[in-house]
Amino acid sequence: MDPTSAKMIGAGIACIGMGGAGVGVGTIFGHFLAGALRNPSAAQGQFANLIFGFAVTEALGIFSLLIALLLLFAL
Amino acid sequence: MEDPIHQFDIVKYLTLGHIAGREIAFTNSALFMIIAIAGITLLLLGTTTRRSLVPGRLQSLAELSYEFVADMIRSTTGNEGMRFFPFVFSIFMFVLFVNLIGLIPYSFAVTTHIIITASLALMVFFTVIIYGVYRNGARFLKLFVPSGIPLYILPLVSAIEVMSFITRPLSHSVRLFANMLAGHITLKVFAGFIGLLGAWGVLGWIGAVLPFSMTVALTALELLVAVLQAYVFAILTCIYLSDAIHPGH
Repeated sequence: MDPTSAKMIGAGIACIGMGGAGVGVGTIFGHFLAGALRNPSAAQGQFANLIFGFAVTEALGIFSLLIALLLLFAL
Repeated sequence: MEDPIHQFDIVKYLTLGHIAGREIAFTNSALFMIIAIAGITLLLLGTTTRRSLVPGRLQSLAELSYEFVADMIRSTTGNEGMRFFPFVFSIFMFVLFVNLIGLIPYSFAVTTHIIITASLALMVFFTVIIYGVYRNGARFLKLFVPSGIPLYILPLVSAIEVMSFITRPLSHSVRLFANMLAGHITLKVFAGFIGLLGAWGVLGWIGAVLPFSMTVALTALELLVAVLQAYVFAILTCIYLSDAIHPGH
């Protein structure tokens, strides 16, 4: 296999990791919504926590995207 | 089809000089940063120099942005974090304006270049380290030793805490960069479909309605992402600064 196609395949495989981040972000927003519907008055105060959890979870997906971008353009 | 990466090209307008063999040039990136700064300055100065007790539309916009950032800092770092208000407010307004200006067709989105977001994130990272050490001294290292952890598991937890601290500027910068980059590429790819279908004649024009409406919907989504990512960048800055102020968990 020539290195270019191996890089492309590697980048594609690396992006599978983003699926995990997708599951995590979905869980966070789903649970926030479930909690917010039970107690809407308390939901407003937890918005910063929601965004923080979202950002930290999304970071892991971004790391895998970064590996893909590195494989495609940098290495 | 038009190359979707072409929009991120740096165009050199004027060479200012050379430093250590490297060219210092005025580019489109610099131009759009200056436009963003000018926009922020106009909004804030123009609306608050002749302020009235009952704010007009633009003045309430300026007051709203102040209150928004001030609330964000107070809720995450407490009142002591308010000394960082100018820092966080500048970062938030800069990222917000740069993102929004980048959405205008034929303009340039500065945050799609990792060098810009990385310098912002590294600025936050070093501010946290320097202020944390200045304020807490050696107690700043308590950041890596959470309280209430059994001794036998502490080395592992500390190693994880150190790792997560070191990767912070990476995730902080790449999040903004990757979101803006991916959004702009998607927009351009769908906009490219309109041109492809439009070249087929009348039947293609009817078909081109589909990618056109998709482009409109995506632009609305990108507007949300632009504001949300500016907010996320600012609130992460606040959370990292709160670690510098209160290092013990």
